[in-house]
Amino acid sequence: MDWYPLYNSLRIAAIACVAVFFTGIFAAYYVAKLPRLVKGLLDVVLTLPMVLPPTVVGYFLLLLFGVKRPFGIFLARFGIKVPMTWWSAVFAAAVVSFPLMYRTARGAFEAFDEDLADAGRTLGLSNTYIFWRVRMPVCRQGILAGTVLTFARALGEYGATSMIAGYTPGRTATISTTVYQLWRTDNEALAFRWVLVNLAISAVVLLAVNMLEQKQKGKTR
Amino acid sequence: MSLLVDIEKDYGGFHLCSRFETNGGITGLLGASGCGKSQTLRCIAGVQTPDQGRIVLDGVTLYDSEQHINLTPQQRGVGYLFQSYALFPNMTVRANILTGLRREKDAAKKQAAFEHAIHLLKLEGLEDRRPAQLSGGQAQRVALARMLVSRPKALLLDEPFSAIDSHLRDQLQVDLLALLADFPGDMVIVTHSRDEAYHMCGQIAVMDAGRVLAHGPTKQVFADPRTVQGGRLTGCKNIFPARKVDDHTIFVPDWGVDLHPARMVEDGLVAMGVRAHYFRPEEVRNPLAVHCVGKMEEPFEWIIRMRAEGQTAGSPDLWWRVSKEIVPETMPTRLGVAPEQVLLFYE
Repeated sequence: MDWYPLYNSLRIAAIACVAVFFTGIFAAYYVAKLPRLVKGLLDVVLTLPMVLPPTVVGYFLLLLFGVKRPFGIFLARFGIKVPMTWWSAVFAAAVVSFPLMYRTARGAFEAFDEDLADAGRTLGLSNTYIFWRVRMPVCRQGILAGTVLTFARALGEYGATSMIAGYTPGRTATISTTVYQLWRTDNEALAFRWVLVNLAISAVVLLAVNMLEQKQKGKTR
Repeated sequence: MSLLVDIEKDYGGFHLCSRFETNGGITGLLGASGCGKSQTLRCIAGVQTPDQGRIVLDGVTLYDSEQHINLTPQQRGVGYLFQSYALFPNMTVRANILTGLRREKDAAKKQAAFEHAIHLLKLEGLEDRRPAQLSGGQAQRVALARMLVSRPKALLLDEPFSAIDSHLRDQLQVDLLALLADFPGDMVIVTHSRDEAYHMCGQIAVMDAGRVLAHGPTKQVFADPRTVQGGRLTGCKNIFPARKVDDHTIFVPDWGVDLHPARMVEDGLVAMGVRAHYFRPEEVRNPLAVHCVGKMEEPFEWIIRMRAEGQTAGSPDLWWRVSKEIVPETMPTRLGVAPEQVLLFYE
């Protein structure tokens, strides 16, 4: 059994997860401070990838990065070609999983008692210190749960990934695209094995989320 | 030592227009919840920005809308004790207090200041606890310690005793007063309790619906609150519409009697008030024929509800508070009020 799809899926998910961790948290933090109208609008835009079919996200990604599109042509001038590379799947995974991080982080920040931040400011603590030493630790459980969900979603990404990265064995193959490819080529036994791998990973991730949420509840009580 | 506050802020449906001035000591902001007391404190501390006006502390302008000055809370150095104490729940008592010392770079001085605060606020043995493991009184002391070690120029205390069990409040008030006796700067205490304001504050500002109604030395404001809301907030139970007859006479339509207050009656009189303790059966001045309609027992006092003979239907009962030791055997049919106890309320 060739383990490349597992390795590829894990690295794509890991990179996407790290990127989404920071962008999602900062988006949640700054969007919460915006005036209501702008907030509502941005909220829709930032949550869309969650409800859109992933193939539509893939379509938009191809509009952006496609080699015949303006931005794609612009990138080609620097010798960068995005589609059909293993790392193009990172974009797909990141965009699709971003709303999960953004929304869980926002939920955690909204539950945060702003008096704590205000108290810190009157004590002379810098805003950076308050963010990393008070706000993040207090919201830790929610943010961790969001991170795990993001990772899980990124790992299972299929639709957008298949559109922008395609399926090239040993290059862009991920677990989800491999399962489909094996099924399509009548290799049911091997497809089943990859399904088991997928099930195992998903179960572990969900267990982790549940444990974190339990802990969070115990703490707020 | 002085603090000047003259700010306005629109909260959409609620307009805050807070004006008062202090010169050292403890100032109480007395008002019902939602009257703008806490918003005023937040604006002084800088965690909220007014729409316009001026805040000057010890000659330093913290905020001035015309000169476009608006110091950050960090630059203001004004200590703020939150109603909930706002201890960082992820940190121990020690770490919480040390956040107030982050600007102190000298490790020895830092440690000395920390130990001094622990000792001063009787927190020995609690250093490694988390805020969730503290009682209300302990949490308050930790928050005070954290605030005091940051060496603030002024202190703002928002309802400091609201999270404390009532039977502990009096002792904690005494403790807090002793602790703050040496504090050189201005202190502002927000409270809705007239007792707290009276115990702790040399001067008070009475607030209602976003505005400061009365402001001055505490005893003076209690003796002459000037407005109906001021009367209510300082605990005056009997407030009735009244109109001026002449400089020394007012008429109370609900009772159908003339009263003669000690203070000169000014134009614009709208109501009068008598505190529940100041009705006296033996007082011959300002007499009022009454009958008893109900009694309510308190641990050390009776609250006796009376109505004046011929009192307008639908107007509230009179409340008379009398100590159990001197409560009469039979209810008097006449109560008097000393002229200096007749409060006059204006527009």
